[in-house]
Amino acid sequence: MTTVLVLAERDSSNGTVKKTTLELLTLARRLGEPQVVWFGDQGSEAASVLGEYGASAVHVVQGQDMADHPVVPIVDVLQALVTELDATAVLVPSSADGKEAAGRLAVRIGSGVITDAVDISESGVATQSVFGGSTVVHSTVTHGIGIYTVRPNSVAPEPAPTTCDVVDVDTTASEAAKTARVVERTVAGKGGRPELTEAAVVVSGGRGVGGAEGFEVIEKLADSLGAAVGASRAATDAGWYPHQYQVGQTGKTVSPQLYIANGISGAIQHRAGMQTSKVVVVVNKDAEAPLFELADFGVVGDLFEVVPQLTDEIDSRSN
Amino acid sequence: MKIAVCVKQVPDTWAEKTLSAEDSTLDRAAADGVLNELDEYAVEEALQLAEAHGGEVTVVSMGPERAAETVRKALSMGADAGIHIVDDSLHGSDAIATSAVLAAALAGKGFDLIVFGSESTDARMSVIPAMVAERLGIAQLTFAQRVSVSGSDVTIERVTDYGFDTVKGSTPAVISVVEKINEPRYPSFKGIMAAKKKPVDTVTVADLGLEAATVGQAAAWSAVQDFAARPPKPAGTVVTDEGDGGSRIAAYLTEQKFI
Repeated sequence: MTTVLVLAERDSSNGTVKKTTLELLTLARRLGEPQVVWFGDQGSEAASVLGEYGASAVHVVQGQDMADHPVVPIVDVLQALVTELDATAVLVPSSADGKEAAGRLAVRIGSGVITDAVDISESGVATQSVFGGSTVVHSTVTHGIGIYTVRPNSVAPEPAPTTCDVVDVDTTASEAAKTARVVERTVAGKGGRPELTEAAVVVSGGRGVGGAEGFEVIEKLADSLGAAVGASRAATDAGWYPHQYQVGQTGKTVSPQLYIANGISGAIQHRAGMQTSKVVVVVNKDAEAPLFELADFGVVGDLFEVVPQLTDEIDSRSN
Repeated sequence: MKIAVCVKQVPDTWAEKTLSAEDSTLDRAAADGVLNELDEYAVEEALQLAEAHGGEVTVVSMGPERAAETVRKALSMGADAGIHIVDDSLHGSDAIATSAVLAAALAGKGFDLIVFGSESTDARMSVIPAMVAERLGIAQLTFAQRVSVSGSDVTIERVTDYGFDTVKGSTPAVISVVEKINEPRYPSFKGIMAAKKKPVDTVTVADLGLEAATVGQAAAWSAVQDFAARPPKPAGTVVTDEGDGGSRIAAYLTEQKFI
């Protein structure tokens, strides 16, 4: 069986295995035997979870020297392991780090790269959802090994228990890695909610929210559902909600089980970031809002009436 | 300081984008071509850095003939000169070839900073800046929401899921910017007039010392097998709020087993 390398993604707050890693392992098993690359501590703790999802080994890269540099150490380690293990494919998460590492690795080892796959078949055919989800494309890598970045929520993780060996990778930062150094990490997000691109439920607000204080009702609904909060570009441009929560063509692409859009008209700019959501609920005063076309369920009404009522109902049902 | 800013002509952000039935490449004729929105922020950042530290800004673009409009747009915002890489052999190039072409056009010209937008609104891969840094063997300072330069030190704030990382490197460096970094200026009438007289070098693949056979669709290392429009979603239920809108959503979500 050939080896497929998977780059683990870790929770930024507690360092545990993220669900996206289990999604990658589920896809990787279709192509061969997955082995995981893990940066930082807690590698042996992670091994049991990774093994449960079919990883036969976890290669643990420790040391501040490696953690202090963005992207390039990932490329260095992946390149070395591709050679050492004769890997036939590499799967990484479609995060900024993941995509950049995939791109550099492709240049380095002379392989094609496919980004933002939402599915990968046994024969390595990737499915991509492009142009904001309006077109579905099937692609293959035709040169070198298959390098894929995979979007969160693309596949449901399926366990396939095996024994996962822990292998320490002894390495230091390369000259290429040393050209950039992380000197400080700043936590500036709104903590306590799931990460936007990975959340099963996203509640978002747009122009109709009317101001920063209006997002309170959006956040309350999100918290009642354990959801992430998103915002349209109109809302982030106006400074009502932080930029990193923007859903849309120039922001994040999300594909949750449930997307609840409040006061968002639904220009292509926004639809491009959310139209692959499984179930879409729309609340808008304007019955003509184009987003109603995507709605599985829509309410024409004032979000400041509808949303708090919905939140109360959810809270009372869960109590 | 010598600054290059790499820009791409893309279909209008607000237009429906399609692939061409003939060769599965982006149908560029189907929509107006515009300067990729995120590249406007890159141009603005390059101009601000040149204004603050002195220096020249060169616009670099790879694209078909009509991408010359995009180079002019960046010049009308205030860039000093342009390089337009145009060659029929480039049609259908993948990111690997595109990064090789850009790297060849940028190498050896003494650029201290090479600025990109963090992604194009059509391909949305976000890999070209990293690939160019890899090829040129220089610092990659990407996804910047803030850039500061002091002598040869370059410090950026790299946007992350949890906030940002402060990342340091030195010139020469590749930078990519996210949209919250600045407010791109509109070209003034004077700027538009001046842009017509600014020098633009039109270069071919051969001029860059590359073989035509290494670029374009035939040389791409990934290929589209097939594509199809996503089937339209069946119409859902839309009701008007009569004081019970929230409850009706709750009932729907219960039915769908979300609550």
